[in-house]
Amino acid sequence: MVGVKRVIDYAVKIRVKPDGTGVETNNVKMSMNPFDEIAVEEAVRLKEKNVVKEIIAVTVGPTASQEQLRTALAMGADRAIHVKTDEDTVPLHVAKLFKELVLKEKPDLVILGKQAIDDDANQTGQMLAALLGWPQGVFASEVVIADGSMTVTREIDAGMETIKMKLPAVITADLRLNEPRYATLPNIMKAKKKKIDTTTPKDLGVEIKQHLKIVKMADPPSRKAGIKVATVDELVDKLRNEAKVIA
Amino acid sequence: MLGLQLKRAARTGTTGLRRLATRQLSTAFADDEGPVGVMSETHEMLRQTCRDFADAQLKPIAAALDKEHRFPAEQIAAMGEMGLMGIAIPEEWGGAGMDALAYALAMEEISRGCASSGVIMSVNNSLYCDPVNKFGTDEQKAKWLTPFASGKKLGCFGLSEPGNGSDAAAASTTARLEGDEWVINGTKAWITNAHDAHAAVVIATTSKELKHKGLSAFLVPTDAPGFSLGKKEDKLGIRASSTGNLIFENVRVSQANLLGKQGDGFKVAMMTLDGGRIGIAAQALGIAQASLECAIAYAQERKTFNVPIAKHQSIQIKLADMAMRVEAARLLTHRAAGLKSNGQPYTKEAAMAKLAASEAATANAHAAIQVLGGMGYVTDMPAERFYRDARITEIYEGTSEIQRLVIAGSLLKEYAI
Repeated sequence: MVGVKRVIDYAVKIRVKPDGTGVETNNVKMSMNPFDEIAVEEAVRLKEKNVVKEIIAVTVGPTASQEQLRTALAMGADRAIHVKTDEDTVPLHVAKLFKELVLKEKPDLVILGKQAIDDDANQTGQMLAALLGWPQGVFASEVVIADGSMTVTREIDAGMETIKMKLPAVITADLRLNEPRYATLPNIMKAKKKKIDTTTPKDLGVEIKQHLKIVKMADPPSRKAGIKVATVDELVDKLRNEAKVIA
Repeated sequence: MLGLQLKRAARTGTTGLRRLATRQLSTAFADDEGPVGVMSETHEMLRQTCRDFADAQLKPIAAALDKEHRFPAEQIAAMGEMGLMGIAIPEEWGGAGMDALAYALAMEEISRGCASSGVIMSVNNSLYCDPVNKFGTDEQKAKWLTPFASGKKLGCFGLSEPGNGSDAAAASTTARLEGDEWVINGTKAWITNAHDAHAAVVIATTSKELKHKGLSAFLVPTDAPGFSLGKKEDKLGIRASSTGNLIFENVRVSQANLLGKQGDGFKVAMMTLDGGRIGIAAQALGIAQASLECAIAYAQERKTFNVPIAKHQSIQIKLADMAMRVEAARLLTHRAAGLKSNGQPYTKEAAMAKLAASEAATANAHAAIQVLGGMGYVTDMPAERFYRDARITEIYEGTSEIQRLVIAGSLLKEYAI
């Protein structure tokens, strides 16, 4: 099972709504979260290696999110499930919804993007693994599955970490896991005929309870011009006494 | 049918008939589309995929390809794998099995990234694969279509000669039957893809006295003995695609290489060019759109009199005209493609689309340079390349003058008294 999220396209310059309630999404190009593209690609490669039998693409969001499911189907997913909701969802909601889908569809592996480029939360994969009580391999840059177990190479602050885990498990894709393919024209045609099932949080018995309230959304302050210092002594002095970043 | 009804409506001027004619016009767009200019999900996904590919794989290298006269082999191979080298060819013959609108959309997006890659793709799709698909036998298609539509091999089309162009009937290249082989002699000029192609569809005279009914089409491999290439032309634009002469000196091909029947050559050529014009129209749209985007981006950054130049009315007027030209030409192109997909006549519409789009490309590239000022004139920015690339779209696959002849010819038939 692969999760995909509809986000504002990476190339779009984000604009805050004038009333400060959020960012402008009207008439803005939307795409599949790039990390999710990597997740879909990894699933398709595993299927091409005959490690995976079927790929189910899943998403949570408004009706328009089906566009991203179609993209996943064109890349090679076999079918899709759309959890339809117009509510704002946060990682915990999505993890709970995905958990219900996992219990229903019983996949051996869930691949998600490590984070979505809209809120950069980086939580859904970890939460889903915890809710299911499954092992997790997040920030994966290499995945090898053999004899019912999986070796995941993870990108962590200190370098690379290799862990081994049993299936079923949850992994999240990092940037260097693979380079997603372009859908071929015949596959774009086939995607139209593949099935997208629709369900709702209510059908899945998950309540979308809002725990967070966005008070205000604002542009980050624009960066001020820097200054030039004449000597190292002056630099140290300014760092110590003005910026107070060194003791 | 449509022409006849229009003619009646025009002659009688009755409201009822005029309404009928209007309705006929609007159903001509049908296929699985909604209203004009509103695309199906499949077409939209195709457009987006091609745009993503062009942005990531073509746009960054287009300037270098242009400068070095380099054929983008790797990119064309990737396009072949995506299904872009035989878009409207059935899947059983290695194509993508899509329609003419899909072809127009893909051509525009690819050309928006790199107009040279666009023309390489266009020639293979509409000038080579289309006639082989339409006139070839199953045996011919297996050999001469599948590898080309799937992008493993590249094709070209030989019609123009040093002494003729759109007046195809004047072809001096000859093919004569000797035993069970055709022997071809002559020179074909201005052939796009010449230096990179594996095979050519060649129009040659098989019986001079029959004039245009004495032309026939042949499938000729470019490694045939007696086949050679002229010099690679040094061109103003589309410099990543090769152009040159195909020279035939007693080139022998078997009877199995005759495409269609003997005497079908003129029909093959004219039908091929009709479809080709949709491709060139779409290529021109890509250049026109890229010019517009380049100008808008620059106009919002560049400041004079303390404001971005996009705030000046004189620049806004340019941008508005550019956007209108490309959109109008796009609708004409999609209409011609819609008619083709529906199996309806589209000769006039394809000529209109090609004419409007190529003039839009030249005008938009010209305007883009003006908006960019000095920056438009140097190779640091792509505007000068758009200007050079645009110019050919008013020339090949029928000059603007020929397109006007084609349009007027159709009009005079439709409105004949």
